[in-house]
Amino acid sequence: MAKQKSYDGAVVCAPVTVPYVRFSPETAHWWTGAALAELSRQTGLGPADFDGFCFASFSAVPDSVVGMVQHLGLSPRWMDHIPTGGASGVMALRRAARAVQAGDVDIVACVAADTNQIDSFRQTLAGFSRFSQDATYPYGFGGPNATFALITDNFMRQYGIGREDFAKLCVAQRDNALSNPTALMKKPLTHEQYMKARPISDPVHLFDCVMPCAGAEAFIVTTPEKAEELGLSTARIAGTIERHNAFAEDAVQTRGGWARDIDDLWQAAELGPQDMDMVQVYDDYPVIVAMQLADLGFCDKDKLPEFIAQNDFTISGSLPLNTNGGQLSAGQAGAAGGFQNVTEGLRQVLHCPLGDQVPDARHALVSGFGLVNYDRGVCTGAAVLTQEVLR
Amino acid sequence: MTDPLTPPKKKDPLVRTRAGHVPPGLRSRAAKAMAVRAGQGQFVLQTCNTTGQTTYPPRDRSPFTWDELTWQEQPRGAVIEAVTTIDATVDPFFREHLPWRVGSARLDAGPMAIVHLHGDVKQGDRVRMEIKLDRGGNPALFAMPEKETPNMADDPQLRVFTADPKLRRVLVTDGRGPVGQAVAQALLKAGAKTVYLGNADTLMRYPGQDRIEAIEGIEPVALNLTDTSSTQELAAQLGGKVEIVVNTAQFTRQSGVGFGGKLSDLQTGLETEVSGLMRLAQAFAPAMSGRSDDGVNSAAAFVDVASIHGLTGKSGFSGAAAAAAARLSLISGLRGEMAHTGIRVMSVLTGAIDDEWHQNVPPPKTAPVQIAKAVVEVLQKGQETICAGDVAKDILSRWQADPLLTIREENQ
Repeated sequence: MAKQKSYDGAVVCAPVTVPYVRFSPETAHWWTGAALAELSRQTGLGPADFDGFCFASFSAVPDSVVGMVQHLGLSPRWMDHIPTGGASGVMALRRAARAVQAGDVDIVACVAADTNQIDSFRQTLAGFSRFSQDATYPYGFGGPNATFALITDNFMRQYGIGREDFAKLCVAQRDNALSNPTALMKKPLTHEQYMKARPISDPVHLFDCVMPCAGAEAFIVTTPEKAEELGLSTARIAGTIERHNAFAEDAVQTRGGWARDIDDLWQAAELGPQDMDMVQVYDDYPVIVAMQLADLGFCDKDKLPEFIAQNDFTISGSLPLNTNGGQLSAGQAGAAGGFQNVTEGLRQVLHCPLGDQVPDARHALVSGFGLVNYDRGVCTGAAVLTQEVLR
Repeated sequence: MTDPLTPPKKKDPLVRTRAGHVPPGLRSRAAKAMAVRAGQGQFVLQTCNTTGQTTYPPRDRSPFTWDELTWQEQPRGAVIEAVTTIDATVDPFFREHLPWRVGSARLDAGPMAIVHLHGDVKQGDRVRMEIKLDRGGNPALFAMPEKETPNMADDPQLRVFTADPKLRRVLVTDGRGPVGQAVAQALLKAGAKTVYLGNADTLMRYPGQDRIEAIEGIEPVALNLTDTSSTQELAAQLGGKVEIVVNTAQFTRQSGVGFGGKLSDLQTGLETEVSGLMRLAQAFAPAMSGRSDDGVNSAAAFVDVASIHGLTGKSGFSGAAAAAAARLSLISGLRGEMAHTGIRVMSVLTGAIDDEWHQNVPPPKTAPVQIAKAVVEVLQKGQETICAGDVAKDILSRWQADPLLTIREENQ
C-alpha cells in the first residue's frame, strides 16, 4: 500500500466543548446550535460563512445532516453525516481535511451533538442496530455494559490483566478531570473506591462505566490561510488511519482495526509512540483503553500490566491519558463522545485546555472506537495532531 | 447443581402482583423466521447457498459471497468463551429477574453468539445449545449443560423460557374422553400441582370417571365450552389460580361436504371447538396475562390440541377438519395477542385419534398417551408447535414441503 499523502493545505482549529449535563430537555438540534454558536463566538462567522458541515449524532432522528442544515440555516457546498459514534471525530477530521485540501470546500464546521432526555438511553439501546436488536439486547438487556463485560472477562484472562490495572487508568483519568471545570465527575476517585464499586455486569463495575449525558463538541477544518485570516491557532494532521470490521474471525474481541494499520499511521506521521506528548483514546470502558494502548504501539498486550504500572497517566505524568477526564469522568454525550478525544487533543497542542495544560505539548495521538453493532466495536480510527501555529 | 423449586406460598391477595413485562420485542424478519423454526424445536442457523458456511446473527445475504441464505439444522455443541452476570439493566422485564447471566459462545456450527446461560454452565464449558422462545415469542439462544445435572429444569433462567408444568395448576377442558384423562395424568406425573378436569355434563357419567376423579391432584370442575356462562363462571372461580390451560375438547364425526355430511354435526363441532375456544380464551386469557410473571407458579401457557387436518382438510372428516382449521386460525391470533402479555400459546397437532370416533380409519392412529406426552413436552420445552405421533409428523412435513399437494393427497 502506498504511503498516505500528506494533509498539507488543511489545518484543524477552534476546539469547542459545550458543557455537558446529565439530562437535558433540549434536542440534538439545540445542542448542535449551541456548538455552532460557540464556533461563531470564536471566529465571528455566521451561518452563511461556513461552506462545509460535517455532523454526527444518534438523537437527531428523524433528521440527518440534511435536516440539520435547514434547521440551522446553513448552505454548505460540502457536507457529510458520520454515523460511527466513538470513531466519528477521527473520521470527520479525515474527510473534512481531504475536502479542504482538494478545494471542494474552504471551512468545515465539524459538530457532534447528542441530547440525553429521561429514558432516551433505553430507547436508543432498544433500536440501536439490527444485530443488537436481534441478538444482543434481548440477552438480559445489559446494554453496552454486558457486551463489554464479556470482552473484559476474556481480555483479563488472555493477558493476565486485573481490575487493579484498570483501576490505575480510571483513577488517573479522574485526577485529570478534576482540573476540567466542565467534567461531570467532580469528586476524586480512589483506588479503593474503584475496587469496591458495585458490580454492573461482572467484571465491569460502576467506575468502569461512562455516564450518559447531553452535550456537544465541535472543531473547524480549514485552509492555513483562512485560519490566519480568522486569527485562529492551528494544528496539522500528521497522519491518520481508519478501519472497520477488522478481525471478524476473532472469537471475542481482543484487538481493534488499529492493530492492522498502526504501522501506516506512524510511517505517515514520521513519528512514533515515544514522540506523543499525550494520548486521547476512546474510553467507553478501561479494557478498550488498554486494548488501544497496545494496538497503537505503546506495548505488547501481555506486557500491559507492567506498562500500566510503569507509567503515570495524569496530566503531569509520563503518558498523559485522556486529559479532560475522558468519557469515564467527563461524561459520554453520545456521538460527541467520539469527538471529545479530537477536541481535547487539539486544545492541548494549541495550549488552550479546559483544565491543566500538558507541559510543552506538541503532538497528540487521538484514537476513536465506535459502534458496537453486535458483539464488538466495529469502527476504529486514529490521528496524530501536531501543533502548527499558536495565535 | 440447581436448587429444586420450592412450592410457592399461598398468594397474599393484598400484595401487588408483579407486572408481566416481556423482553424487548423488536426483531428483523430474519429473526422471526428463526423464531418459527425454534418454535418447532429445531436448532437452525443460516448457511450460505454457495459455500455452505454458517452465519449468525440472522442476515438477509451471505457475508461470505453475498448469495442468499438458507435455514438449516446445525450441530448443537458450543464452548463458552466469556461470561458475565448482569446486575443492572434499564429493561423492565430483566430488571425483575436480575442477576442475569449471559456468555459469548463459540458454536460448533462456526459463528460466535451471545447466549443465555443455564446456572450450571461456567466459562470454558462445553455446552448443548437450544433455541428457546422468550415470553414474547422471540428466538433466544440458550446454553444448557452438556450432560444432565440435578434439577436442571428448575434453573430460574431456564424456567423463564419454558412453561414447565412442575408446581403449576392446569385446567384440562374435557376430562370425559380418553385424551383429556391421559393428558391430566401425564401432567400430574410431570409435577403439576393440580389438574382441574372439565366435565361438560355433570349429570351424565363417563367411562373411567371414578378412577380418574380418585387420583390425588385431580379436581373435577363443571365446564361446558358451548355455554358462555359455564365458561365464565369457572373462570371467575379459577382464573387467578390456573397457570396452564390445555384445551382437549373435540367433536369429531365422519362427514363429507356435498355427500354424507350432517349440518348439525358441523354446527356442533364449530360450537364446541371454535366458539368454545374463543369462550375459553376470553374467560381465561385476561387473568392469566395478569399473572404471567408471578414467580414459581406464574401463569405460563395456553395449549390447544387440534387435528393436523386443520392444515389440509380430510376426506371423510371434512366437517371436523373445518373446525380444526378455524381453531388453528384462532390460535394464531391468540398467540399474537398473548405475546404482549408473556403467555405462550401452543398447538399440539394430532392425526386421527385412536378412539371410538375414528373406528373406520386404519392404523397408525394417534393414541391418547401420545397426545399426553406431546402436551408435557411442548410445555417443558416452551415450543409453539408439536406433533403428537407419526401421522401428524408425516402430514406436517409433507405440508411444509408442498402445501397444495398435501391438501390434494388428503382429500382425494
